[in-house]
Amino acid sequence: MAREDTFKEARAHLQELTDEQLEARFWSLAQQVVDPLVELARTNTSPSIERSVLMRMGVDSQTCMAVVAECEKRGLLGHGAGNIVLYCSQELECDAPIAAAGLAAGDGWDLVEAKWGGAL
Amino acid sequence: MSNDDMRALDPNEKLDVAGLLEGLEHYRPRRSGWHWREQVPDQHLYEFDYKETSKGLERSIPLPAAHYFDDIDPQPDCVVTTEIASGRVEDDIRRMRMAAWHGADHMMVIRTAGQSHIDGLIEGTPEGTGGIAVTRKQVRLTRKALDLIEDEVGRPINFHSYVSGVAGPEMAVMFAEEGVNGAHQDPQYNVLYRNINMYRSFVDAAVAKLVMGSVGMLQIDGAHNANATAVKAWKVMPELLVQHAINCAFSVSVGMAKENIALSTVPPDASPAPCMRMDLPYAVALRDLFGEYKMRAQQNTRYMESDGRDATVSQVMNMMISRLTSADIQSTITPDEGRNVPWHYNNVHAVNTARQSLVGMDGLRDMIKLDRESPELKARVREIKERAVLFLEAMVCDGGYFASVEDAYFVDSGEYPETNDDGIVRKSAGGVAVGTIVERAGDYMAPVCHHFGVNHLPEGSGRACDPIGGCTLCDHDKVPYTDELDPEDNVDVRLAATAELREKGLIKPEVQWAGDGVVVVTMFLPVGQRVAEAAALELGRSMNLTECEVIHRQVMHPAEGTLIELKGTLATAIDPKTLVIPEPPESLSDEEIREFVAERGLRCVAATVGMDEHSVGMYEILDIKHGGLEKWGFTCTHLGTSVPVEKLLDAAIEHGAQIVLLSTIITHGDMHRRNMEKLADLAREKGIRDRVLLIAGGTQVTDELARSWGMDAGFGRRTHGIDVASFIVKNMRERGM
Repeated sequence: MAREDTFKEARAHLQELTDEQLEARFWSLAQQVVDPLVELARTNTSPSIERSVLMRMGVDSQTCMAVVAECEKRGLLGHGAGNIVLYCSQELECDAPIAAAGLAAGDGWDLVEAKWGGAL
Repeated sequence: MSNDDMRALDPNEKLDVAGLLEGLEHYRPRRSGWHWREQVPDQHLYEFDYKETSKGLERSIPLPAAHYFDDIDPQPDCVVTTEIASGRVEDDIRRMRMAAWHGADHMMVIRTAGQSHIDGLIEGTPEGTGGIAVTRKQVRLTRKALDLIEDEVGRPINFHSYVSGVAGPEMAVMFAEEGVNGAHQDPQYNVLYRNINMYRSFVDAAVAKLVMGSVGMLQIDGAHNANATAVKAWKVMPELLVQHAINCAFSVSVGMAKENIALSTVPPDASPAPCMRMDLPYAVALRDLFGEYKMRAQQNTRYMESDGRDATVSQVMNMMISRLTSADIQSTITPDEGRNVPWHYNNVHAVNTARQSLVGMDGLRDMIKLDRESPELKARVREIKERAVLFLEAMVCDGGYFASVEDAYFVDSGEYPETNDDGIVRKSAGGVAVGTIVERAGDYMAPVCHHFGVNHLPEGSGRACDPIGGCTLCDHDKVPYTDELDPEDNVDVRLAATAELREKGLIKPEVQWAGDGVVVVTMFLPVGQRVAEAAALELGRSMNLTECEVIHRQVMHPAEGTLIELKGTLATAIDPKTLVIPEPPESLSDEEIREFVAERGLRCVAATVGMDEHSVGMYEILDIKHGGLEKWGFTCTHLGTSVPVEKLLDAAIEHGAQIVLLSTIITHGDMHRRNMEKLADLAREKGIRDRVLLIAGGTQVTDELARSWGMDAGFGRRTHGIDVASFIVKNMRERGM
């Protein structure tokens, strides 16, 4: 909706504020705007985030793509792709990158399914 | 090849790209985090005191006029950025080396068009468009080259790219692993300019930011894009403050230190608007509100045209605002950005404009201060802040960030609270990668360090990555390296295509890629614009240029003429073996010259001839305090300026001088040629030609021309007394004088 410049009227409640009070108000409002965004980020994940977890576990980018795509397909991303790879590596007694490579090749999903379900 | 085996660069040798590619899989970044210049608050260089400079470079190319000042090269206090976008990593790094020699210490690599929409990492070294495909190999090769370049110039260099787009968290991890020092990260950029789903953008951003913060990477936000996109840039100031605040507050809330957060701020306007008076209050309001954060002062691009001169003036005015307020990083945009992707020498030009301006305005704030009590400044600063507060109040009232983006709050052409309902609209249920975020389950776990958000690690874990025995952020040996995936589109194939040039040392002009053959011809054509453009293309073809394109035109007068800059490609390559290059004259020792002069009692007579009042050059050659001929015992008689040629020769005979020095600066009507020929003729007429040395000097004089006009030698710009003295001794010996 288009609106004329109503600055003169709209600022009435701000004009008595000192510069310091105005600046404090600016930052307090900014914090109010970002708080729900931070909470959203704290409690959610995404394919890129999960690939970034696998990367930090030493997994190469193409394997990250394959494993996370499969986790998404199976509805398992919310548990964490790193969680799934770690579980497989512990069950198979191998390093995480090897477990991830196995999952990328289709091996080990039976273990995952037994623990988390999500069968296709 | 490990890092230790890396051979230091030789300033006389080209960067060995193939050598750098060897052993890249074993390369380890030697440091992480941002580097600020080492400040030297009261620096004394040559005869000058500086207030706002930093530690100097070991190797550099000083500003053009530096040779008058003992070749000093004062480095400004702030980091200086250059943006590099050749699209080929092997050419990017060569350009970085050139820029570093001119004072750039922040190499910002622009990404190829479209990479922000790729959900995942790219690998290898594919060629980009308008920027480069940012990949691990590209980043590693660049950082490795920069390690050598920073050693060569003697100052750490910051390497920077983009943690934006759909794959932000992965980019952040790869950058952290590879020693990238700074990056753009601002989820609002994804939302507004890349139409990436807004939920996804913020969820990803939190993870990316914490990873960046873990290695002290400097973050730069994306608010300057609102300026570049705005219909009327001067109306967008309140919103810019809001965008900066959202990214800053969000970054701090997810764990980034304020000292690692920089605002990308740009003076929004350009002349012919009274831009400095319009933009200063904004710059002040910004620095008032964001005093705890760093300022990356960007240059205005919103109003940039194809005229390099115009762009350079805007750049200088922008830097005056930096100097009157503050800047931690001074960014530069190349003066050709309004016509093409930046070319090698335009990166250098922009960096030099920054260095020249910042050093030239050194310490100005000690004498010229902003008048914070000026009614206009004071009122406008307050107004911008209040408008920004009103913007934020309305966002909160209307349901927060996502609701306000759906409601077209951002990049509206009105100055808030005025709106024209033409802002960018994005839907929370739309955009690239919509529907891809997933709520973390009750057992969500990520066994890695610096991971933002809910994370149910096993009880008793020390480090988050203990369950996997260490993550890549703790142990670089765990970082996997992926080489080329595309056998056609990679650095080896491109290097092979230009191998002959390197192997045979062939010389081909270039502007962005080795061997691209691109040249620019500047021409004034005495016709109007449309005819001039058509004629220029035809002239280009007649010069054997292909792919001709007019890249700049400027009407001088509708009927009298047009200035044209024409780009074209030249197929020719020159073999340096075919060139005849005169050896640079060798200087004799002081003793040798002094002895020769004393034995013969050498005398010279000098004058600036014709109707020419220039005297500086001659003093430089004669005067003992400039290292002139007097230094070695020559007896010099200087007749002054505007001396008739006849008088000069008569004086030489009168004084029994063996050397006649003629200075001629004015070349109008071929005066310099006529003066030299006249002197030679007179010397012959008077029968003394074989007894005297006739030497000409001047800014337009060359040795070849002077000899062809009857002189024994000619000396042009940058000649010193030692050059002339050495010539005199050698020539007199040869002639048995």
